[in-house]
Amino acid sequence: MHPLLQRIQQTFSVGVTGLAEWRGDAAVTVLRNMLHEVAQFLRNDPGMDFDYIVHVSSVDWPDDEERFEVVWEFYSIRKRHRIRLKTRVPESDCVVDSLTDLWKGADFMEREVFDMMGIRFRNHPDLRRILMPDDYTEGYPLRKDFPLRGKGWRDTFDFLDEVPR
Amino acid sequence: MAFEDQRTTVYKIDPEHPESESLPTLRTEELLLNLGPQHPSTHGVLKVILELEGERLVKSTPVMGYLHRGVEKLAEDGTYHQFIPHTDRLDYVCAMYNNFAYCRAVEKLLNLQVPERAEYLRTIVAEVQRIIGHQFWLGAQALDIGAMTVFFYCFRDREILLDWFNELCGARLTTSWYRIGGVERDLTPSLIDKLKQFLDYFPPKIDEYQVFLEKNRIWLGRTKGVAVISAEDAVSFGLSGPVLRGSGVDYDLRKYEPYSAYPKCEFSVPVGKNGDTYDRYWIRVMELYESVKIIRQCLEQMQEGPVMADVPSVTLPPKERVFTNLEAMIQQFKLFSQGFDAPPGEVYCGTEAHKGELGFYIVSTGGGKPYRLKIRAPSFIHMGAFDHMSRGYMISDACTIFGSYDIVMGECDR
Repeated sequence: MHPLLQRIQQTFSVGVTGLAEWRGDAAVTVLRNMLHEVAQFLRNDPGMDFDYIVHVSSVDWPDDEERFEVVWEFYSIRKRHRIRLKTRVPESDCVVDSLTDLWKGADFMEREVFDMMGIRFRNHPDLRRILMPDDYTEGYPLRKDFPLRGKGWRDTFDFLDEVPR
Repeated sequence: MAFEDQRTTVYKIDPEHPESESLPTLRTEELLLNLGPQHPSTHGVLKVILELEGERLVKSTPVMGYLHRGVEKLAEDGTYHQFIPHTDRLDYVCAMYNNFAYCRAVEKLLNLQVPERAEYLRTIVAEVQRIIGHQFWLGAQALDIGAMTVFFYCFRDREILLDWFNELCGARLTTSWYRIGGVERDLTPSLIDKLKQFLDYFPPKIDEYQVFLEKNRIWLGRTKGVAVISAEDAVSFGLSGPVLRGSGVDYDLRKYEPYSAYPKCEFSVPVGKNGDTYDRYWIRVMELYESVKIIRQCLEQMQEGPVMADVPSVTLPPKERVFTNLEAMIQQFKLFSQGFDAPPGEVYCGTEAHKGELGFYIVSTGGGKPYRLKIRAPSFIHMGAFDHMSRGYMISDACTIFGSYDIVMGECDR
């Protein structure tokens, strides 16, 4: 197993629900209430030393009990290793801790996740839509139940099923 | 006349400086100013709401999304091959690098090996694209600051390379030349000759660009010590590319996680120390010399060989066979319309584009289409640091600051 994953498994006996390594990428899945603690460990532990935030992303799994998956990716500039941190969020309580206090760059990235997937971040300093307009009320575009052509007035378009010959 | 409203504040007399008591009481007011969305120096459509105290920036709020086209949503609806032209439209100034980053991510997902000649070709074209990107940046940044001459010189040389792209793939900007598993076609002898000529022609021209700027008092005054960011903050914000290296962090994925033909080439990564706009400019100019060096080495080392991996279930058949052989044509059609069967899993793959780390995070559940595709766009992440970096500077520096990130809004808004 990846040495980083081993280390995390030893440190956290509860709260870590999945460790995976695929194509050289190490990924940790944690329970939502343990997220901030694990992130703090990744940031501050001298053996981990993840000082660089790569991206924050989200995946929608509509059939699962806990529908959304939030994904953070970190890199350590001194140690030159990377890790992916994941957690699951149910649709009924779509809130997860913000990591803006540990990585400043998480601010815009988490705003994008909120905008696109509708996941709220607790303790985020400025949680507003970022790419869609502020007054956009048609939902969250990257959810799987959001139609590709869009919602609202676009639904009333007369699309031609077949080109008349 | 009563102009007073609730935002109006009256300055109190400072007890430590009683001499100011003789001055008339000044009433000051915080001013909100919209910069953009139509401002020429915003490189696309970007609005920034500036809160001003006099001419100083107190707070700035970027308002983005004017160019949002839902590329990540579109990716979920198309096959892996179909998405390549969409990546051209992310950073439309440097399309080749987007193709490259995307193809690398899919190859990592498929665990696909690319033939050696294709790796060299990819590196050569990526470095040509880096030169184009830095020329474009240098011209535009100098124009924003007020040095117009450099713009013409940069664009004169950029034109040569765009014509070279035109001969290579039939397009100047939206190129789509990279393919999953290799590249679309090999370099012709004419292209190699032209590139070699350019490599001899270009280094003196880089010196020429610098002549206009290195001794230009206005340029120095407007770049040195402007938009300083410390190494620690730059890392915490997730900045990458020349913006991060300007602060003294030598983070370059070409060295940290070598890919393609970079490990076989000798080149250095210029690193600044002050973290200001001037250092970022200096790094980009030095990278022009390094790119020339890399292309030279690749042209020397490159051996004959195939330019596309031979995995018929994934890679496209050669064009000659598509036009002459029915099976090959059916295969190409099926690969584009239905796609190949990608293994379930998730990968992240970052590539050092000229702006910074351009990454693709792909989640696959099997089948021909990505389940989720996330683009880590350096422009977007750099804009996150704009408020932090602009505080305390003048209004006119705002253009310098987002110019120094080298943002392209197509990539920022996706």
